[in-house]
Amino acid sequence: MPTTAPAPGLADVTASDSTLRRFLHGLPGVDAVGLEARAASLGTRSIKTTAKAYALDLAISMVDLTTLEGADTPGKVRALGAKAVHPDPTDRTAPTTAAVCVYPDMVAVAKEAVAGSGVKVASVATAFPAGRASLAVKLADVREAVAAGADEVDMVIDRGAFLAGNYMKVYDEIVAVKEACGTSARLKVIFETGELSTYDNIRRASWLGMLAGADFIKTSTGKVAVNATPANTLLMLEAVRDFRAQTGVQVGVKPAGGIRTAKDAIKFLVLVNETAGEDWLDNHWFRFGASSLLNDLLMQRQKLATGRYSGPDYVTVD
Amino acid sequence: MSDARLSVFKTYKLYVGGKFPRSESGRVYEVTDSKGKWLANAPLSSRKDARDAVVAARKAFGAWSGATAYNRGQILYRIAEMLEGRRDQYVAEVADAEGLSKSKASLQVDAAIDRWVWYAGWTDKIAQVVGGGNPVAGPFFNLSSPEPTGVVAVLAPQESSFLGLVSVVAPVIATGNTAVVIASEKSPLPALSLGEVLATSDLPGGVVNVLSGRTAEIAAPLAAHQDVNAIDLAGADEALAKELEIAAADNLKRVLRPQPVDDWSATPGTERLTAFLETKTVWHPTGSLGASGSSY
Repeated sequence: MPTTAPAPGLADVTASDSTLRRFLHGLPGVDAVGLEARAASLGTRSIKTTAKAYALDLAISMVDLTTLEGADTPGKVRALGAKAVHPDPTDRTAPTTAAVCVYPDMVAVAKEAVAGSGVKVASVATAFPAGRASLAVKLADVREAVAAGADEVDMVIDRGAFLAGNYMKVYDEIVAVKEACGTSARLKVIFETGELSTYDNIRRASWLGMLAGADFIKTSTGKVAVNATPANTLLMLEAVRDFRAQTGVQVGVKPAGGIRTAKDAIKFLVLVNETAGEDWLDNHWFRFGASSLLNDLLMQRQKLATGRYSGPDYVTVD
Repeated sequence: MSDARLSVFKTYKLYVGGKFPRSESGRVYEVTDSKGKWLANAPLSSRKDARDAVVAARKAFGAWSGATAYNRGQILYRIAEMLEGRRDQYVAEVADAEGLSKSKASLQVDAAIDRWVWYAGWTDKIAQVVGGGNPVAGPFFNLSSPEPTGVVAVLAPQESSFLGLVSVVAPVIATGNTAVVIASEKSPLPALSLGEVLATSDLPGGVVNVLSGRTAEIAAPLAAHQDVNAIDLAGADEALAKELEIAAADNLKRVLRPQPVDDWSATPGTERLTAFLETKTVWHPTGSLGASGSSY
């Protein structure tokens, strides 16, 4: 398989603004037509019976069950936590989800709701979703989330600075946030791919995020028109594969927003397997940022178990 | 240049969610007239087509059941108007399907159009007939009103391909239910053509979904489907009806068993309208009791 990795010697690319820019602009351009065609052709795989059962359970275990609304109440977060711990109350063999994802002020509530279950609590931070705040405010946001017990922090990059070509500013911010996360919280870096305009920019952002120490790279906030697509996720999977080949450091990927059906989720899992490889088929390295997806996964799971089509009356209303 | 024109064959397709898809399975089967002459290929639906149709019907249910009864009546009447305009086509299709003469087929089609009009009139009257105020021993207004059951799977009659079809579909949607209809297995063409009329009659997409194929194959997943609220077994034979009723018991579906019907030409009465209705009863306080003990 042709590699899209740059030449070795990554240590000095972040030495200055100009070396970073030279490196990012030196990344090979993305063949947009080829990328979309490959993502579409991998989406045509037929996954049935036992493979489907495996894929559904794996997908459930990878869901970051998310509620990021202005109207979130402690009650709603507790309900979400209960659902994350027991996704299908009628079938205790259903795996737990990977995490619940909430705003920083709800972390403590979420933490209590999932205590002892192994479900992690992720918190968005850094002035999510716009990211338009000073670094001091962003870092305070992160520290508050970590102090409240967040196991994972989802930060947004400064898209304005990125699009203006001010890569070093974006890099420094990620490094600072990573430091604020300390050793206890894993850092997910959200690019908001829908605002980056081009595939080339997504590839550059992926490398920038990984160079700055991201544990996960994440497509989007779910708050804009274009969210995770198979093509941009495939592109990011190529980036993490090449990054590990070059540096030995494995980075996770999280597509978020717009993935609503079990069928779509399974297509993403095929992309993961065929691009990054089996090592990423684990909720430590791949996640779905979603809320309504879980219900469809559960209905499909019930269909496989009972042989009859399930309906929305048999899963929770969120 | 010769006068002979190449014949333009019609591709019969399903009607699901307001669109005309082919079967997801890509299969078709041959439809013949009563003498065995080939008429057309019809889609041979799979259980996935049935599932997609249920999703479409569920999606349409909120808006259709929430529409005013008056509005539903107007739309049902509009369907009758559109059928009238394509009367000749239906006469030809019914004559082919059932082996009738043109004049006998015309009677069938006329009766079917009249039946749409008849049910259109019922939409805003059924509540007065089956609902009402109940006398109760207390200071309450106690009111019962009928509400649609939900998504109804309809097995259309096998023999009467058009009048029978209309007689089972119209009452289901008149009261605000949405329907997944399995056309007559042997003669599905009038039902598939009905989709074309429904699509141009202001009927929201998904309120009626028409599938063609093997009745037993499509009905089984519908009877077991947890998101289907009722099933009309008009087109099932005795053995199939029994099997489907057992499957339907799992989520307590309403089941309308096959009724003995001669030729569907008799005035139907309200049985089919009321078969797929639920009754909602509301207790409303009449207000504070006066000194005399009366609240009126």
